[in-house]
Amino acid sequence: MTTGPLEGVRILDFTWAWAGPHATLLLSFLGAEVIKVESRRRLDHTRLRSLMSGPTMTGPNHSVIFHDLNVGKLSLTLNLSQPKAVEIARRVAQISDVVTENMRPGVMERLGLSYDDLKAVKPDIIMLSSSAVGATGPERAYAGYAPTFAAMSGLAHITGHADGPPMPLSGAVDLRVGTTSAFAILAALYYRARTGKGQYIDLSSTEAASALIGHTFMDYSMNSRVQTRMGNHDHMMAPHNSYRCLGEDKWVTIAVACQEEWDALRQVVGDSRLDDERFADASSRWQNQEALDHLIGEWTASRSQEEITQALQKVGVAAMPLLDGQSLVRDAQLRERGVLEPLQYPLIGERLTLSPPWRLSRTPAQIRRPGPLLGEHNQYVLGELLGMSSEEIERLVAEEVVY
Amino acid sequence: MAETALDGVKVLECCQMISGPYCGKLLADLGADVIKVEEPPAGDAARTRGPFPGDAPHPEKSGLFLYLNTNKLGITLNLGTASGRQVFQRLAEQADVLIEDRPPGEMAKIGLDYASLSAINPRLIVTSITPFGQTGPYRDYKSYHLNLYHASGHSSFFYVAPRDRQEGSLVVAGGEVGDYDGGLSAAVATLAALFARLATGQGQHIDISKFEALLSLERVVVARFANTPDPPPWPGMVGGLMPCKDGHVVVTAVQSHQWQALTELMGNPAWAQDEKCRDEPTRAQHRDELQPLLEEWSVQHDKDELYHKGQALGVPIGPVRTVAEIMHWPQARQRGFFAHLDHPQAGRLEYPTAAYRMSETPWRVERAAPLLGEHNEQVYCGRLGYSPEQLAGMAADGTI
Repeated sequence: MTTGPLEGVRILDFTWAWAGPHATLLLSFLGAEVIKVESRRRLDHTRLRSLMSGPTMTGPNHSVIFHDLNVGKLSLTLNLSQPKAVEIARRVAQISDVVTENMRPGVMERLGLSYDDLKAVKPDIIMLSSSAVGATGPERAYAGYAPTFAAMSGLAHITGHADGPPMPLSGAVDLRVGTTSAFAILAALYYRARTGKGQYIDLSSTEAASALIGHTFMDYSMNSRVQTRMGNHDHMMAPHNSYRCLGEDKWVTIAVACQEEWDALRQVVGDSRLDDERFADASSRWQNQEALDHLIGEWTASRSQEEITQALQKVGVAAMPLLDGQSLVRDAQLRERGVLEPLQYPLIGERLTLSPPWRLSRTPAQIRRPGPLLGEHNQYVLGELLGMSSEEIERLVAEEVVY
Repeated sequence: MAETALDGVKVLECCQMISGPYCGKLLADLGADVIKVEEPPAGDAARTRGPFPGDAPHPEKSGLFLYLNTNKLGITLNLGTASGRQVFQRLAEQADVLIEDRPPGEMAKIGLDYASLSAINPRLIVTSITPFGQTGPYRDYKSYHLNLYHASGHSSFFYVAPRDRQEGSLVVAGGEVGDYDGGLSAAVATLAALFARLATGQGQHIDISKFEALLSLERVVVARFANTPDPPPWPGMVGGLMPCKDGHVVVTAVQSHQWQALTELMGNPAWAQDEKCRDEPTRAQHRDELQPLLEEWSVQHDKDELYHKGQALGVPIGPVRTVAEIMHWPQARQRGFFAHLDHPQAGRLEYPTAAYRMSETPWRVERAAPLLGEHNEQVYCGRLGYSPEQLAGMAADGTI
């Protein structure tokens, strides 16, 4: 196996649910050793149940959602309500580079695992705390999940049909938060490698989603204007929509940014009504986009997604099918690039699993192992890394410290 | 001044619109020295996109451009000329990172791809950001945010129940968020390559597919479909988006203690004690019956009232907010999420900053977005050693 860019970096990971585990998942793809701290007393709820889970889970080691968000990590079971377990966690922190957590602000302090506590045992530790609205400020104790982050960030308000309700999107918002966390951790790791200094990172999940639509705030700054929902339309481009095609519930998206693309589209469609002066330039097309959408929709309705996509892409017009779960799995581009690869899991068998989203030519990102069984790596962490004897570990298990 | 995380990292950014420039911005805001290379005469196409003050288009006043290009130096350079390409090579010789977003093969055609540049600077990291990546049957396809967002499945994956969806087309997310995603993902990979280079001393090429960056944000759902060809339809969450007197809230009371807290917030109505509300899967089965009862209650209240009272009881609840409400939100203001920046043409405006407060290396403002070619003299004369006469010549012959 080739070496990943983060080879030799160890992460002690107290995160659970979706956002935090996605951050350490990305770092694990990049070669970091991620030790996930869990406990039977407080299972990561993705091990038990989760929205849109599909197949029923038979036990904490069978959750496919857990595995999708935790491939490549190691599992250490520590019951942090016991002082001995906290002491062990501190010892692991001492030999780690990064600590991550996404409990409510204040919980790590109560456990004796705050940044100050960990800095005392590892002066150059990097610690990231990810919470709903940040670890400071009047609402720091408030809790949230992906849909509330989408709602409070401004994203939900600008998503949806013009005459419909706002849309809080999906779990992807959590994964966006996790990606932002991974970025901040990498910046801190780079800084530490050059200066020897660790640091504390306080991340607000809601702000992470706001930053990803930053320019909509600029409109308010400049014009006191509140942008609102506009379906699939754009502020400037037209045509810019999703159009019904041949087949059941099949759609294709078409977007035109400049005159050259418009002329190419007009040629392919070959409808003389598009030569009308209502569609002569970008601004008139935008003004008359309802009529324009209607004419293009007439053309797409009798053609397949593939036929439209190929005909338009050939002449440099951005057109793509709208794909759903089933069609993505068959998609030619994803197949060719090996985006879904089979991975063998000990209890649930082989599963297609999504590969890391970047191709690095020299230090590739990769999946090193399936998601861990609960406590699968207790022996490795306690025995090999901390040097405990088998008797000692057995005693900790019996005392439900390791639990 | 506080130290910066990426102090001394030299980045060349040859990108337009959102993804590439956002990648450059993330690095610049943490202290990297980012030179943005724009093609004369018009520069980055984002300069032609709004929002503009008073809706009057002006290349130095695009809110999109201003937000995405903070803390960068800006130069103009025409890569269509041999002299321009030569100058670019000299810039690449001094750089640690090049971020580029040309269609696959275009940089190779003009001799500025990773293979050519790594020959003159083996430590160079080249991050290429394209809609579908450098390989595969779609590599030459054109795709805007609308196309990529819908193609990557995002519009078909929801928290809301399928039957609550409006008839008609699925919608793209607002704010071109999926294009930002491509830039954020590229920034993660770029920092990883920089970190690896500390040990190896060698650069590398990074191939970013915006399609795959988006797809990976739905990894759970994509894997579900990939492994369960015909998964049972998801009934939807009880709660979720709910109407209020003055807008909407989102409630994710999924775990049992959260549902208990929500019940308390509602004043313990009898129906909420019913067997149908026992646990989340049971509630989901009876969604048609339960959701109207919840909404009947929520619509009698204000969203901020429900937010604060609900959170005090332990209900994960959040109001659907507009940008105006967020810019006046005490929590975000007190944390310093917004900062004022002065720009010579656009004036003093408030900008969102970043979600992470880093104790040693905070997000900081060195400068607002560059004017087109603002730093030509500083970069060409100051760093590459061209004389003022040579610079005038480069301007005259269309190199810059």
